[in-house]
Amino acid sequence: MRAYITRRLLLLIPTLLIVTIIVFCAVRFVPGSVIELMAAQIGEAENMEEAIQSIKHGLGLDVPIYVQYGRWLGGILTGNLGKSLWTGRSIGEEMLNRLPVSIELGILALITALLIALPIGIISAIRQDTATDYIGRSIAIFCISVPAFWLATLVVVYPSVWFGWTPAIQYIPILKDPVGNLKQFIIPAILMGMVMSGTTMRMTRTMMLEVLRQDYIRTAWAKGLKEGVVISRHALKNALIPVVTIVGMQLPILVGGAVIIETIFGLPGIGRYFVDALFQRDYPVISAINLVIATFVMLCNLAVDVTYAYLDPRVQYT
Amino acid sequence: MAQIELAPTFREERARSFWADLLIRLVREKPLGTVGGAIVLLLLLVGILANVLAPFGYNETYVGPRLAAPSPEHLLGCDQLGRDLLSRIIYGARVSTIVGLSVAGISVLISTFIGIICGYIGGKLDIIAQRFVDAWMCIPGLFLILTIMAVTGPGMVPVIVVLGIAYGIGQSRIVRSAVMGIKANTYLEAARAVGCSTGRILWKHVLPNVTAPIIVLFTITVGGAILTEATISFLGLGLPPPTPSWGGMLSEAGRRYMLMAPHLAVWPGLFLAIVVYGINMLGDAMRDLLDPRLRGGLGRYDVARKKLPK
Repeated sequence: MRAYITRRLLLLIPTLLIVTIIVFCAVRFVPGSVIELMAAQIGEAENMEEAIQSIKHGLGLDVPIYVQYGRWLGGILTGNLGKSLWTGRSIGEEMLNRLPVSIELGILALITALLIALPIGIISAIRQDTATDYIGRSIAIFCISVPAFWLATLVVVYPSVWFGWTPAIQYIPILKDPVGNLKQFIIPAILMGMVMSGTTMRMTRTMMLEVLRQDYIRTAWAKGLKEGVVISRHALKNALIPVVTIVGMQLPILVGGAVIIETIFGLPGIGRYFVDALFQRDYPVISAINLVIATFVMLCNLAVDVTYAYLDPRVQYT
Repeated sequence: MAQIELAPTFREERARSFWADLLIRLVREKPLGTVGGAIVLLLLLVGILANVLAPFGYNETYVGPRLAAPSPEHLLGCDQLGRDLLSRIIYGARVSTIVGLSVAGISVLISTFIGIICGYIGGKLDIIAQRFVDAWMCIPGLFLILTIMAVTGPGMVPVIVVLGIAYGIGQSRIVRSAVMGIKANTYLEAARAVGCSTGRILWKHVLPNVTAPIIVLFTITVGGAILTEATISFLGLGLPPPTPSWGGMLSEAGRRYMLMAPHLAVWPGLFLAIVVYGINMLGDAMRDLLDPRLRGGLGRYDVARKKLPK
């Protein structure tokens, strides 16, 4: 087991290196616009060229791209994610400040998703091809198809038109007012959870159906066990292992969904930071967020594989 | 005796073309998939005939009260600039159709190219290419697409190219595994034995045998592309106004007006949801009919229950 984890961790290094190249290059193919934008804010039209040169020099953009990449990578290896082009603030600190919002939203959404997905998925499977099953499957497909930003827009618009209720615009820190904070987070979290739950629901159903056809389930029935025992002790335990994988693989989707939800509900998380940076063409911030998230995804994938191997003794980790 | 009896049935089975056979099986075995197919067909028709069906132009402003509520003349009302919402939604179907089909086309071309070459040739080339694909897939799709869109700027062509490449690279994994699945087959060995060039083997022997997953991929990608385009247009980084994108119609800029005219918030999203639902249902049915391995589970669970043809 330890050898397996070590090997996987070592394999992360080349992948991460390629990620840094993709992330770095993605924003630097057209580097002109933001500099011109900044120069236009600072000075007169005559000195445009000069202003551009001085800004480029100040930001370290006047050297060849591989030198820039080297400096950037060097900074990251020493734990420095760089500074924002506009505010000059440290990106690492800003992300740390925003992390609690994103984590809270993510955990609440994950809980919602599982609360919706597991019961419906299980019932769908044990009542296969009945009306209950069809309703359950329709809910799952609805959750997959419905655009998150539309649902969120409806939630922002309609209650305000009908009852004059609007979601809080100002972020309420959890330490200041836990109840207000939870009130603020619960609706975005439910929306995110709903959108996430579709895939998990379908996976749960498929896995349950597969397990229910196994010999050991027939044996359990033959022993005269009650339905509840057969389902929960014998079927569910085996069926949930792949579901754990799916939930783990969905964490990146959770991060992506947060971009939309945080923007609409004005929550100052990482997703919101990312969108703001996109509009300001704040390239260092965009690269840094992409890199951090890619690393997070990689670690999630690794964690999923390790959990899988740990939960299911049939999997051989070589 | 048995052979003589079997032969004609076999020929009869093959006589129907692949697509006709698929269509018949879809209608017979997959009611939900048929509904999805009908929705997709409707989307295509509305998209193609948008200029005939739409009562007004998508950018034609209507003289009169802005944000007009639905009325017999403007069935779904008007938006903040006095444009007929129904017409914009109909033209939006055209935009979605163009984006969905072009993105799926580009992405399938890319994923097939990478997937077939990596899967068949393997070796060092595959190892290196797959590290790149790994890295690419580590960055969540929306982040990657938004990042590149921020650099290229909004527009129809950038949206299509960026989405096509982003999807194509990620999905090459699926084509690759399909190719690896058939790699050990005898017919490929036979082709090599008679001295076919690698190019000919890839084109004439490998490609025809992985069309099933490619068709499924294409269908699923159309839905994903339409939804993603709407999402990035919603954020203001996709199609620029006045292009009638369903996502763009729901964007930040319009939300202030939605509080005064809530009908603006309902329709574009509803049509988007219906279309994506239809494509997902069709994609699901296609996957079950063509390539159950893509299901994600360990196989098709209803095999045991399936009635065998007599």
